[in-house]
This record gives sequence, C-alpha cells and structure tokens, in this order.
Amino acid sequence: MRILKKLLTTAAVAATLMISPAQAQETKRIALVVKALGIGFFEAAAKGAEEAAEELGDVEIIYTGPTDTTAEGQIEVINSLIAQNVDAIAVSANDTDALVPTLKKAMDRGITVISWDSGVAKEGRQMHLNPSSNPLIGNMIIKLAADNLPDGGDVAVLSATTTSTNQNTWIEEMNKVMGNYPGINVVATVYGDDKADKSYTEAQGLMKSYPDLKAIIAPTSVGIVAAAQAVTDAGKAGEINVTGLGLPSEMAGHVDSGASKSFAIWNPIDLGYSATMIAYNLATDKASAEAGAEIPMGRMGSVTLDENTEGAMADPFVYDASNVADFKDIF
Amino acid sequence: MSNDFTARNIPDRLTTHGQRTLKSWETLLVIIAVMVFVVNALSSPYFLNPWNLSDATFNFTEKAMIAFAMAMLIVSGEIDLSVAAIVALASTAMGFMMQAGFGTPILVATGLTVGVLCGAFNGVLVTRLGLPSIVVTIGTMSLFRGISYIVLGDKAYTGYPSDFAFFGQGYVWWVISFELVLFVIFALIYAVILHKTNLGRAVYAIGNNPIGAKFSGIRVERIKFILFLLTGLMSGVAAVCLTSRLGSTRPSIAFGWELEIVTMVVLGGVNILGGSGTIPGVVLAALIMGMVTFGFGLLNVPGIVMSIFIGLLLIAVIALPRLWSMARASRARRKA
Repeated sequence: MRILKKLLTTAAVAATLMISPAQAQETKRIALVVKALGIGFFEAAAKGAEEAAEELGDVEIIYTGPTDTTAEGQIEVINSLIAQNVDAIAVSANDTDALVPTLKKAMDRGITVISWDSGVAKEGRQMHLNPSSNPLIGNMIIKLAADNLPDGGDVAVLSATTTSTNQNTWIEEMNKVMGNYPGINVVATVYGDDKADKSYTEAQGLMKSYPDLKAIIAPTSVGIVAAAQAVTDAGKAGEINVTGLGLPSEMAGHVDSGASKSFAIWNPIDLGYSATMIAYNLATDKASAEAGAEIPMGRMGSVTLDENTEGAMADPFVYDASNVADFKDIF
Repeated sequence: MSNDFTARNIPDRLTTHGQRTLKSWETLLVIIAVMVFVVNALSSPYFLNPWNLSDATFNFTEKAMIAFAMAMLIVSGEIDLSVAAIVALASTAMGFMMQAGFGTPILVATGLTVGVLCGAFNGVLVTRLGLPSIVVTIGTMSLFRGISYIVLGDKAYTGYPSDFAFFGQGYVWWVISFELVLFVIFALIYAVILHKTNLGRAVYAIGNNPIGAKFSGIRVERIKFILFLLTGLMSGVAAVCLTSRLGSTRPSIAFGWELEIVTMVVLGGVNILGGSGTIPGVVLAALIMGMVTFGFGLLNVPGIVMSIFIGLLLIAVIALPRLWSMARASRARRKA
C-alpha cells in the first residue's frame, strides 16, 4: 500500500503543478466517433469525412471508436476526446441514452456535438443527421421500380414483418406518392419476416400468383437478396426486376446477373462528408443548430432541422451496374 | 531460502522464495505504472490535467471494485465469469424498480440485493453441489444476461431519478469523484480482509491446499460461499455505479467485462491457479490498465492496438517471473 500511496502522491503533485496546456490551434479538430472500428460502412464514412476536411482546408479529422459496439467503449473514447479539447464530436451512437451524460459534459466544455446515422437523445447533442427520411425512402423505392417500367405494369412488395415499424412507414409513404407513377399497380404486399428462407418462398409465391409481375420491391436488405435469388432460380432474371433497399456487398452478384437493375441505400461516404461539414459549420459558428435552421453541407446541399433538431441528408443513393462494383467491398 | 513454514506461516505464493518474489512482482508493477505515467505525460500535452486524469479514472474504478472480490475468489482457487452478467441483471432489476416508481435508496438496495442473490446462486451450485466454478459461472453468465434480454429486448430503461446520478457522476471534492473514493475505500477494505484477517489467511490456505485446509479445521465450503457472495455484492456495487454513470440500462451493459476483470486480477499478480496474490497488486494493475487505455485514447490509437498491448503486457508479466526462475535454475545447475 505504501508504494501505491507514493505513486498517487506523485501523480497528485504532478497534476497540481501542471497548468493546462494553452489551446492555440488554428486547425479545427473534428472527431468522427463510430460504433466500432473495422466496419466497412464506417471506414467509408471516414473517407467522406477526409474528403470534407480536404475541401475545408483547416480541418483535422480524428477517426475513432471502440473495438466492439458498446456504449461503455464509446464513453471511454469520448472522454479522451474531451480531454484533448477537440472542436467537434460527430458520433454514431451505440446507445441512444447512455452517451447523454458524457456528451453533455462535452457540450458544457464548449465542444460541438452532433450525432449521425444512429442518433443520441435530444439533450445529448445539438443536432442529428439522418441519412434519409421516410418520405424520401418511400418515394425512392417506387421510383426505382417505375424507372425501369416506362409502359407501367404490375409490381409487388416483399416486406419484413407485419409489425416492422420502418418498413410499414416506408410502404405508407410509398402509397402516398403512387399517383405520381401512373400505370404502376401494386398488386400485393407479402411478408418474409426478414428471414431468408421465408422471403424466398414468398417471392416464389408472388411469381406464381402474378404471371405478369414486372417488379418486386423489397425495402429490406434480407428480402431483396432472397427475392433476387428466387427470381434468378426461376430463370426470370431480366424479366422481373428486383429492387428496394439492399447492401452493395450482398447485391453486386444479382446486379451482374440482371436480376436487379438498381437498388438504393444511404451512401456512407456522403454521410461522413455531410456530418463533417455540419460539425465544422456549427463549431465555427457559421450556422446554429435550432429548429427550422438550415445548415449547409458543401456539395450535399443543406439540411433543414425539424422541431427535434433532426434533419435528413438526401435521397437514398442509387446503386446499379455502373457503381455497385466500387461499393461492394465497402459495405 | 526459508523452508521453515509452520501451520501459521503459510506462504503467500506457491514458489518457495515467497517474500522476495512478492516484493519484486509489485516493484515490477510500480515500475510499469511509472513508465506508463511518464510516457503518457511526455507524449500528450493533455495527460497531466487534473480533470482529464479524473475522467480517466472512470475507465477502471467499476471494474477494479469487482476485481478486488474476484482476486480473493481466484486466490481461493475458484473463479466467477458471470460478474458482468450480474451487473446486467442487477442494472435491469434497478431499472424495473425505477419504472415501478421507487426512489434512489430502494434502487441501490435492489442492485446490491440482486448482486448478492446471484452470488449466492453461484455459491450454492459450486459449494453445495460441488460443481466446478468455471463451468457453473459460464452457465450463469448466459442465464443472468439472458434474463435481462428477455425483460428488455431491444428496449432500454431510462429516466433514473436525478439524485441517483451522484453515484456515477458525482464528485466528493474538486476532481475526486465518488467512484474514485469508493474504489480507494474498497481497496483498503479488501486489503485488510485478505492480508490482515483470519478469513484472508484461510483463503490462501484453501487456494494452496483445500484438503489440507479442511483437515486444519477451516470451513472450506462456507468460506468459498462467502467469497461468491462478496463477488456478487461487488458486481451489484459496480452495477449501481455504472447504471448511474450511463443513466440508462440496456441488456448489453458491461458486456465483456469479465475478461477485463480477470485480466486485471492476473496482471496484478494473482496466481490463476489459486494460492497467491495481493490486493495492492490488483490496485496497481487497475491503475496501469486505466492509464494505458486513457493514454492511448489521447493519442487516438485504435482500440484494437490497446487490446494487443494489454495482451502483451499480461503475457510479459506472467512470463517474466517464470523466465527468471528458469534462468536461476539453469545457473544453479551449472554451478552444481
């Protein structure tokens, strides 16, 4: 114990003698905190953040995160960022609530805090950047189907479960804008429960029940892959277009085979770019994060904040034969 | 070389040159701690700032509190891998009581009680049924966290009362947090229990030779049961602190902590096979792990590099004394 006491005394004396280092930085240090390191999606977001930093010139990006997706790990990372007195923290949170006390502390010390991708509760950040919005997604999924059907035709929806909030909202939003796509008939909505085998069987059922089916819209990354597989196995690749929301890594093969002409999902590069731009603009007082405010995001235009100080970045990004190969290694 | 051990003078270590190795082990840890401190101070201008150092203590205080009880348990030859799951279950129970409208005192009591009950459950399975603790606690690890998942699913308990925040976010004086004070108090308590009481001597005796201890009149099963209770209790204490610090409960809370805690204990010089180890060693190991994590964080070193470093440190600290004794043995052979 004596040794420990000595060590603690030394530490205390050293700490007291020390004056906090003066902050005379010219460059803005923006920390991009992700759910965990080594995930393709976030590595791509970091690429986007670097792109924004290059464009802005006086920005240094600190790309960091815990080794596994835990709130405790992110808190340790954020504590060390607060200690470094960074100018801004942009975080994709592992836990909506657990980060709030730590992020509040960061804001108390004058650090700009925003969340992106996966949000933090309102009191723990200045604004949240959603990759897209429900109306934009709802419109995108039907637009993808309609774009390849100039003469109209029958389409069907393969969703997740009947109780999936996300999918139900998107389908609802899709139905609202159906009037803009004349000639397109949604003949059925079936549920594959986000299970590969059930989705596959449901897609087979759709092809049997509706021989004139021209497209299957699957707004779920599990459903879209299963539907594309079912279409390929039935020898109808090129005849029935499978589209919706999917991951480039899982869909690249089906785009090559022609089972899917195009699909959409958020672009992580744009997301990292936009988050960095927003963090920079808030940290340099070029914009403020309040309801109704419009914050510029460089090449991505600008984001308008709603009453919860949340904003949507853009339409989901469309992947087709021209670009899917570049993204399939990313996520 | 002192081989004149009597019944009352059981060695702290399995190796015969007890005292000297003990000293050198802790000296080694102190040297490492000082080195880490100096390297950190030189490599980052932000390290030697009282508030930053205070923030850094949160990296290890909760885990270290469990590690003290775990150290005693491992010295006795048992282990508890369910500690992190106990934290999750205790936190879930506290969240449940919070939703039912109970205030801070009841929440704390709930956390501690659930911790003790979980410890008792482990203890009964190990001491009454004679099952190996490593298997039992791997089972209860899934069991306790499983219950949390069933209760919470993908939901979270939030909205703890504001006075509850003191345990994990409060400061006693200036930069000295409540958790840090608790850490020091528990370090002292456990050091006294293990090194100054009959219970502590009995724990070493059990770890070195459980059958011998039994024939010496030590109630082995009962003492082991108490140690499981203590480990459960400390997990409950950590659950209160962590829940208070996060202000929310999710079933994934404290995920993976059992390995970090065992690492801390072993790095602190506790023999994983039982029979030896000290609380000051564990305290030093906690400080080293906390400082390394924080120092690397300040330099924005990716977490995986930290894990590699801790792993290497652990292997080095364990291997060094062994290499040392091998070198001594071969030198002795050459002389003979």
